[in-house]
Amino acid sequence: MPVELWLYFILAVMIIGSIACLEIKNILSSIITIGIVGLFLSLAFLFLGAPDLALVQFVFEILCMIILIRAFAKRSITLTALKRDVPETIIAIVILVSIFVLSIFALKDLPSFGKPIVRVAEHYLVNAGDETGSQNIITSIILNYRVYDTLGEITILFTAILGSLTVLRKIGRKKRNA
Amino acid sequence: MHNKYPNEGMSLIVKTITRFTVWLIFLFGLYIFIHGHLSPGGGFAGGVIMALSYVHLTLAFGKNYVNERMKIATMHNLEALGGILFIVIGLIGLYSLGHFLQNFMGKGTLYHIISAGYIPVFNLIICVKVGMGLYLVFYYLASYQRKEG
Repeated sequence: MPVELWLYFILAVMIIGSIACLEIKNILSSIITIGIVGLFLSLAFLFLGAPDLALVQFVFEILCMIILIRAFAKRSITLTALKRDVPETIIAIVILVSIFVLSIFALKDLPSFGKPIVRVAEHYLVNAGDETGSQNIITSIILNYRVYDTLGEITILFTAILGSLTVLRKIGRKKRNA
Repeated sequence: MHNKYPNEGMSLIVKTITRFTVWLIFLFGLYIFIHGHLSPGGGFAGGVIMALSYVHLTLAFGKNYVNERMKIATMHNLEALGGILFIVIGLIGLYSLGHFLQNFMGKGTLYHIISAGYIPVFNLIICVKVGMGLYLVFYYLASYQRKEG
């Protein structure tokens, strides 16, 4: 089976999973459905030949699932039933159909699958071993050619941890005072 | 070490299995980041796997068991130290070779484990930073639970 057919299958499962995640009323089942979407994304990376990304996505999805289950599954979250009005539904359908029609015109100009138009990648593929001394080209790109990118990524992680600490510490202090 | 909190965490079966599996997960994370410049993986994936080993320990034994061995303040310090070391290595490159974050170590021989200049050092820094950071996110999100909610 060619790669494209597997990708269509994986994309279909991911779309069905995300729709099911929105529609399921039980919060634990909903979280597990998010996990299905993430794991199939990891499979898609594996079929596209990116084991680094697949490994990171797989491991990170497990951590996200554990955090979500620990943080939300035991809470009693009240669900408000969503009533859809007729004009809202009509507007949503019109916008969706127009985006679909416009994307048909836009996607014609994209290069075909597996044939990139960017020439920078060839330089990396040929010279990465000699210039950086690293066998893994992905690592040589993200830690040598594009190391500013990694610096920004580390800053984002640091800020995210500071944010979660700041938001959640207030609850802990209130609990201690009460 | 003796377990001072025997009533926390999950059942005895889970605790016994965890003793066999948690160091295997930790060693796999170590392998992934040490071989980051040779095989698929790297600092980020290795750090997440090492954070998962700590999460495994926390789920099985309770958070006080882990806090006794690794203080939360130590994790904060290690994480901040990783960020500072990243900048310091960049500044060494700036003053020795003229560009920020330039590779000032030798390249070594290709396919060897000690090679690729500062890439393994960055892998170590990212591994510590990501591992500690994600465990802290798990700790803060999962351990502060409101009673009234």
